[in-house]
Amino acid sequence: MDPIIASASVIAAALAVGLAAIGPGIGQGNAAGQAVEGIARQPEAEGKIRGTLLLSLAFMEALTIYGLVVALVLLFANPFS
Amino acid sequence: MLNPAYLSYPLPLAKLEVGQHLYWEIGNLKIHGQVFMTSWFVIALLVLFSILATRKLDRVPSGLQNLMEYALEFIRDLAKNQIGEKEYRPWVPFVGTLFLFIFVSNWSGALVPWKLIHLPAGELAAPTNDINTTVALALLTSLAYFYAGFSKRGLGYFAKYIEPTPILLPINILEDFTKPLSLSFRLFGNILADELVVAVLVLLVPLFVPLPVMILGLFTSAIQALIFATLAAAYIGEAMEGHGAEEHG
Repeated sequence: MDPIIASASVIAAALAVGLAAIGPGIGQGNAAGQAVEGIARQPEAEGKIRGTLLLSLAFMEALTIYGLVVALVLLFANPFS
Repeated sequence: MLNPAYLSYPLPLAKLEVGQHLYWEIGNLKIHGQVFMTSWFVIALLVLFSILATRKLDRVPSGLQNLMEYALEFIRDLAKNQIGEKEYRPWVPFVGTLFLFIFVSNWSGALVPWKLIHLPAGELAAPTNDINTTVALALLTSLAYFYAGFSKRGLGYFAKYIEPTPILLPINILEDFTKPLSLSFRLFGNILADELVVAVLVLLVPLFVPLPVMILGLFTSAIQALIFATLAAAYIGEAMEGHGAEEHG
């Protein structure tokens, strides 16, 4: 494999995961903060809030996972090598 | 690109192999044998549990029957919440199959010590670790919601493509492609990421340190199974009710 392609792929993989983690990180922080606020206001709704929170957190996490899939493709199944 | 031998380690449990498969050739088809073996194992496990739980039915459930009734009620509530009180019943088997298969697959990858069984190529892992499995499940979901929409609303189903305005037609068509794509990638990426993280940690520190990550992995795998089933049910419900109709809560 061409060393330039190899190094570019490694850097691209790192960037893919790193950049993909920013947005969902902010989003998950927001969602968790709002959920805590909601529980503090209405402690009796905790179960419902927790279920919805977990589901939406998993949706946000999926966006990072897309970045991870791209990174894994670059590292293990590179189409350009 | 990364040489798999580079990542191997004297311990048999600490090996990382991505993109290595045990190929079986059937006719002109090349299939990934290790995925078939583990999914047969999962299917056999599910069938065995169902038979054992329903062999001696009691009016007051106990033991295994109790567990299975709990699982059934859980799936029924899930379908009822997403599809709606009136239409959910015929879709409980589909949603339940998706949920149970994905759940048991994910957990089998984490709980069964597959790596002790040595294969000539590739390695045994959760069936959902392979993108082909998840794509198949996602395409099945697509077919299911198309069928649900057609059988319920006939040709009027196509009206949803030009709702609320015909300008959104391309986006609405694109949505039919992104739904299976995101479903399959989400499941595949989560399970593969989980197994990779555990494998890397086992590679670095083989004792005790990977345990919390493994437990986190069990949690995320269960959540992913729940999400896949919930989304499948939500898509089916959405296809049947149409955009103009009342929102379900």
